[in-house]
Order: sequence, then structure tokens, then C-alpha cells
Amino acid sequence: MKILVCMKQVPQKDAPLKLNDAGTWIREDVSYEVNEPDAFALEEALRQKEKHTGEVVVITAGPARATQVLREALAKGADRAIHLEDDSFVGLDAYNTARAIAAAVKDEKFDLIFTGLQSDDYGFAQTGVILAELLGLPHATIIMQIEKNDDGIRVKRELEAGFFQFVDVPLPAVLTIQSGINKLRYATLIGIKQAKNKPMRKVTLAEVQGAMGTNLQKIEKLYIPQKSKNTEFLEGAPAEVAKKLADKLKNELRVI
Amino acid sequence: MADTILVIVEQREGKLNRVSWETVAAGQALATQTGWTLEAAVVGAGIGTLAAEVAAKKVAKVFAIESPRLDPYTPDAFAYALKDFLAKHTAKVVLLPHTYQVRDFVPKLATALETTAIPDVIACRYDSGKLLFTRQMFQGKFVADVSFAGSGPYFVTLQNGSFRADAVEVGASAAPVETVNIEIPDGVVRNHPQEVFKEAKQAVDLTQAEIIVSVGRGIKEQKNIDLAKQLAAALGGELAASRPICDNGWLPMDRQIGSSGQTVAPKLYLALGISGAIQHIVGMKGARSIVAINKDSEAPIFEISDYAVVGNLFDIVPPLIEEVKKAKG
Repeated sequence: MKILVCMKQVPQKDAPLKLNDAGTWIREDVSYEVNEPDAFALEEALRQKEKHTGEVVVITAGPARATQVLREALAKGADRAIHLEDDSFVGLDAYNTARAIAAAVKDEKFDLIFTGLQSDDYGFAQTGVILAELLGLPHATIIMQIEKNDDGIRVKRELEAGFFQFVDVPLPAVLTIQSGINKLRYATLIGIKQAKNKPMRKVTLAEVQGAMGTNLQKIEKLYIPQKSKNTEFLEGAPAEVAKKLADKLKNELRVI
Repeated sequence: MADTILVIVEQREGKLNRVSWETVAAGQALATQTGWTLEAAVVGAGIGTLAAEVAAKKVAKVFAIESPRLDPYTPDAFAYALKDFLAKHTAKVVLLPHTYQVRDFVPKLATALETTAIPDVIACRYDSGKLLFTRQMFQGKFVADVSFAGSGPYFVTLQNGSFRADAVEVGASAAPVETVNIEIPDGVVRNHPQEVFKEAKQAVDLTQAEIIVSVGRGIKEQKNIDLAKQLAAALGGELAASRPICDNGWLPMDRQIGSSGQTVAPKLYLALGISGAIQHIVGMKGARSIVAINKDSEAPIFEISDYAVVGNLFDIVPPLIEEVKKAKG
């Protein structure tokens, strides 16, 4: 099976984020990591390849720093990488991101395309589904299991409140992968060495711009949410805080 | 002619979910602000009764969008039917609940119409001729006011619990219901869904718990879960977790709180090392009181907490267990 995995670099989970001067985006001088569900999508692609043979290709759209995500993926076992490299990819809406990716892979025929179910920065949860529509492929979202059969694949979709559903999907198809579908592997030393010799294709904005349009939605203002509650911060040494908190639990909240 | 706001409600097994009513309430509020016409649509097979139920509310009209191929749900059939419907009944804004089903077909539908969807919206307003939709970003650390470009229709999906279902206004008289039969040709629907099922029966029903101690990534290692367990025991509460803890197998999936787990509303929700990503918050923001302990002073969980402690949970929880025991006498 030939599988494409769409990956994104996002600010690290516990990185302290600050607003830019215009109040439209964050200041970009923070630490980055791979978007978590995308890491699970990569792992699933590697496992499918190990089972059925084939090729795993990884793609990202982002500035030069995003190469790191591709390098890590190659070190874990992906065969080659495509980097849509431009600073402006950070500000694209999901529609244009999907159009850029579709344009970059238009000459390839994949059996499966994976994305994580959503990103930790924008949280659109749309790029995979839009990509499917642009490529004319069927899709299924929030996938927890993939089994290949004679007619295509049977996937397990996660629904709300603990419900699930198996869906038969013909190939080629696009799937958005849920965190926890598998257990992530670490890159090995030999993998890291081999990664250096694996192909990495750079795609410029100019090469795909013809397929893109203006953004259909715009962040007018980004800001720290207004508190909906009057939060009382308890301060002091641990023993003191513990005492204060127990007192609140007993006398204010009356739960003990 | 005035513009139209269309609310598309979601039904499962012949019942509308609560967030659908919240979406109707949001549509009514937006219609009042803009002076636009509010219409609603139900999508499925044999949904006349549900359409009548919606028609009792204050809406101008209800469409029952019918086809045998709309049951069971598939993204192909839903996107096809709604694209066909919207070609004949234009709407400026289309509001939907932000459910897993909506997330599955709306980006496809919007793309087919060469427009876009603003997802997971928590508030909307009409500000000097411009529609602004507020949504959380960066896992809830920031919120953004987002506007649409292009001619629409503008799709907006609303986060569970952001509008009040009990605020839905009833109409003076029942709104007219128009049945729209859609012909979905062979070959449109490519996926074959099987029955919806639940994994092995849930061992714990956290929805009934009065006190919940919940752990997140901040617990660091599986062996540290025991500390939270001791605190839960001292408080006489149940132990729960955010998704990553269950993904790691440190606690069983049936103890997970959030959009993919259980939705709870206990008297006390004590969050240990939980940052408060949106997917978690939607499962517990209905708690009567929330206490959070987290080392990151900017963790979004503090936004909704009654009492907050910025610090290392491993320093604070052990003395807290002792204090709770003491307070209980």
C-alpha cells in the first residue's frame, strides 16, 4: 500500500504562548513539536506498510523549521518526504492548506491518505475531509482501527459518548486518525542515520499557488479568553495550600 | 430580500440531541440581532415527526430533507443531499451542532460549494454589518474572533454547551413544514457503515459521581496514578482522566472525560495536572465547582476553575490527602 501522511508542526503543548503585537497570531519564537494525532497517523501508516508492504510518504506545509517533523518521520521509517516550504503556509485556512497539498501530490497515486483528526493550534479538524473532496475520494474520520480486506478497508470510527462503528470504505480513501489508535515507536539510531539519505522534495509556494485562492476565513483578533468565573488562587507553601484547599472543600464547596 | 439563517439539526434514532436545540437557540439569537429569517432543516429518512417538533419553535419554516439513502448516515449522502438542497434554497449562514457527525460531512459539503466552515464556535455576534464568530484556538489558551470572506453560504458549527437549549423560543403558531425529497443516484454513497455499538459495558458510570478526581498528563507516570487514587478515596469520589492517560493505558477508557468519553456534572471536579484542552473541557464544564492544580499558571483549566493552585501536584496532593482526612474527622 502506498500511503501519504499529512503532518503538521505545532507549538509544544506546555510552551508559554504570547500574542504578537497586532493581536492576530502568536509570537513564533517558541518551541515546536509534531501535532500529536499526526504522530499516531504516521505510526499507523508504518504499521500498515509492515503488514502489507508498500511505501510511506510524509508531507508538511510550513516554514523551514517544519523540516524537523519530516526528519523525525523519516527516522521512524517513512520512505520519503515532501516539504511545502514557505512562511505563509502558517496563516492558511484549512481549505487552502488542503488545496496546496492536493496540488503538491497531484502526480502521485496513493491508496491511503492519513491526517491526524485535528491540529493543536487551529483545531479545524477539516483538512483531511477537504482533501478527500478535492481529490474525489471517499473518507472516514476519527479512526481507531484499520483492517485491509479484498474490497478495500474496514475501519473503526469513534463516535461520541463511547460509541463506535465499523465502516467499509473502498480504496483509495482519506482517513483522519484519532490519538491512541496504536503505540508510538521511537526512532532508532540506525533510523536516524538512514534518514539523512532519504529523499526530501521541497515544493515552493509558487509551484502550488495556482491551485490556491484567497483565505475564506480570517482571524480578526486573537486574545486571551475572558474568565467566565471568579477564580480564587490559593497561594503559599504546599502544606499551607493543602490546608487552605481542604478548608474550601469543607466550608465553601461543602463537599466533605 | 432579507438573508436567511438555516439551522440543520441532528437526529439519532428518531431523537434530536440537546446540542441541536442549543443550535436552534443560537439561530434565534442571531436572527434577532440581524433581522434575518430563521429556517430549520432535518435530514434523514422518515423524519416528518421530528420536523413537526422543530416547527413548534420560533422559526419561519422547517424543511424535512428526505431520502431513503440518508439512513444510515454517510458523509457522501449527507453532502450530496444538502448541496442539492442549498442550490435551490439559498442561505447566508448555516448553523450546525459541532458533533462528530457534523465534523465528518460539513468540510466536504462546504468544499463542494467552494466555501468554508468555521468550526467549534462558542459565541457569535453581528457587529456593524459584520458577522463575527468566536472560537477557541491553541487548545483553549486563546480565543479568536473569526470572519468570513466570499459570498457564502457560511457554515458555522457550534460547540456543545455554548448556548442554552432551554432558551429556545416557542413559536406563536406551528411553522410550515416542507418535505424536500432528494434523489440520490446510485454510486454516490461509497462507504458502507455497520451498526453503531458500544464496547464492553461500561464498568463505571461517572455521570452519577458527586465527586471526581481527574488526572492529566501532569501525572507523568503510571505509578503516580496511585496518588490520585488515594485522594479520590479520601474524598469519597471517583477517579477519572483526560484522554492521553487512557490512550497510554494507565486507566481504562471508561474513565475518560471529554468529547470522546463521558460528560459529567459532579458537585466537585478536582483536576490534577490537566491543562484543559477543549475536548476535555466540554466533558466537565457543567461541574458545580471546579478545583485545578497545575504547574502552568496559564493552563486554560484555570479559566473555568473556582479554586486554583499553581504548583507541583506531587508537593500538594500528599498533604491535601492528610488535610481531607483530618477535615472528615
